[in-house]
Amino acid sequence: MPETISLEVLRYSPERDAEPTFQRYDVPLRKDWVVLDALNYIKDKVDGSLTFRWSCRMGICGSCGMMVNGEPKLTCATFLSNYANDAVPVRVQPLRYFPVIRDLVVEVTDFMTKLQSVKPWLIRKEEKPTSEGEYLQTPDQLDRYKQFSMCINCMLCYAACPVYGLDPVFIGPAAIALAQRYNMDSRDEGAHERMDVLAQHEGIWGCTFVGECTEVCPKHVDPAGAIQQYKLTATIERFKSFLLPRGAK
Amino acid sequence: MSDTSPSTRHTEYHPRWYRSRVSTWWWLARWPYLKFILREISSVFVAWFVVLLLLQIRALSRGPDAYARFQHWLQTPLVLLLNLVTLFFVVFHAITWFNLTPRAMAVRFRGKRVPDLLIVGTNYAAWAAISLVVAWFLVRS
Amino acid sequence: MAKQSNEPVLWALFSAGGVFAAFVIPVHLFLLGLAFPLGWIPAAGYESLHALARLPLTRLYLFALCFLALFHWAHRFRYTLYDGLQIKHLNELIFVCCYGGAILGTVVAGYLLWSFR
Repeated sequence: MPETISLEVLRYSPERDAEPTFQRYDVPLRKDWVVLDALNYIKDKVDGSLTFRWSCRMGICGSCGMMVNGEPKLTCATFLSNYANDAVPVRVQPLRYFPVIRDLVVEVTDFMTKLQSVKPWLIRKEEKPTSEGEYLQTPDQLDRYKQFSMCINCMLCYAACPVYGLDPVFIGPAAIALAQRYNMDSRDEGAHERMDVLAQHEGIWGCTFVGECTEVCPKHVDPAGAIQQYKLTATIERFKSFLLPRGAK
Repeated sequence: MSDTSPSTRHTEYHPRWYRSRVSTWWWLARWPYLKFILREISSVFVAWFVVLLLLQIRALSRGPDAYARFQHWLQTPLVLLLNLVTLFFVVFHAITWFNLTPRAMAVRFRGKRVPDLLIVGTNYAAWAAISLVVAWFLVRS
Repeated sequence: MAKQSNEPVLWALFSAGGVFAAFVIPVHLFLLGLAFPLGWIPAAGYESLHALARLPLTRLYLFALCFLALFHWAHRFRYTLYDGLQIKHLNELIFVCCYGGAILGTVVAGYLLWSFR
């Protein structure tokens, strides 16, 4: 294994630059280093102005999502040694399809707004008082939504979704998967409230089942599956409301 | 001055974001995207099959001579090539459709999720059975 | 409540068309477009095919196939163009051309099958 590895990192400073540029750095190649370690090495030892987001460095906070050689990745989970024998430097760019604020930091308010719009919390007509004890749930009931609950909001799926890239009003994979996480939760009673947001054209109907969101998800949430399943649910609901008397919900 | 979108709120000082336009050729950049576009294009060949079917029905209704001419037309090299390509695309459609079915429908039996392979396998088995039935009607007995 | 969109209906037609197309079109096309013209498999003669096509059940099957397959194409092709061409006014034109085309094809199929002698 060689001693060093080269990275080409996107630099953009809004005060200085009209367009982003790439800057090349050589960092030590340690067997257990990830791309995030390389970025931190650059910031500590080489160029303190390099700006990027990170936090837990163990794949649970969702902060460090970036493009590595054109693929959306968590930089804390992408080993440098995978690229050790490449002829070209490792390209690190900010998460695709989001506006770039500076260097590798992107503007995520759009995602945050969309996430909030699907009401990702348990909605109940009446909360049970704590004196009555916990809400009980069987393992099978848990199994219905557990996969969708693993989402860490890292937005790699948005960077992989061409529909989101072409049409930014699309609500996006993670938002729909999280809506499903609550829709499928036996404790939740808010499915019809979420349907108004999801059943619009910018909701689930923009999705064409490319499936890349599922491929890049580091937590195996399968947002593509969540979306297709919800299309079926929404369609059945639509036919039911057409066939049943008005007002019956 | 600053590039904003309606769905964001920001503070008073707001830096100039950089936004890159998505190229019209975005689908050529990665193999999964290309495969996706090919899958979507298969729908055009599905529509072509409908045209072919309607031509066959029309020829059938116009008598044996018309039908013979139709069959002759099917034997011309250009049409054969077109139909070969069409066959590739409709089979591609079928395979991608069957493989994606378990993801699109969470089938549960007695509380547990039915394994994906079982659903996919059932699809292929049904495909073979249905194809044999259709062929039985169309092939000379 | 927001205006009820028609997308679910169009998606349902697309899905039904996709299933139907996946199961039956490959064998139909293989036989009609390759095996019979190239003589790999002997085709049923004109008389028996004509008699088969005259049956109400066959006509219904063929009509359903054409109708659903065309709406499958319309929905999928519309979204393929939508993802490719981003101009607002073209979206409406694409919508009309795709579903309009499917309706036209369905009418033609209906006419051909209804008047089949």
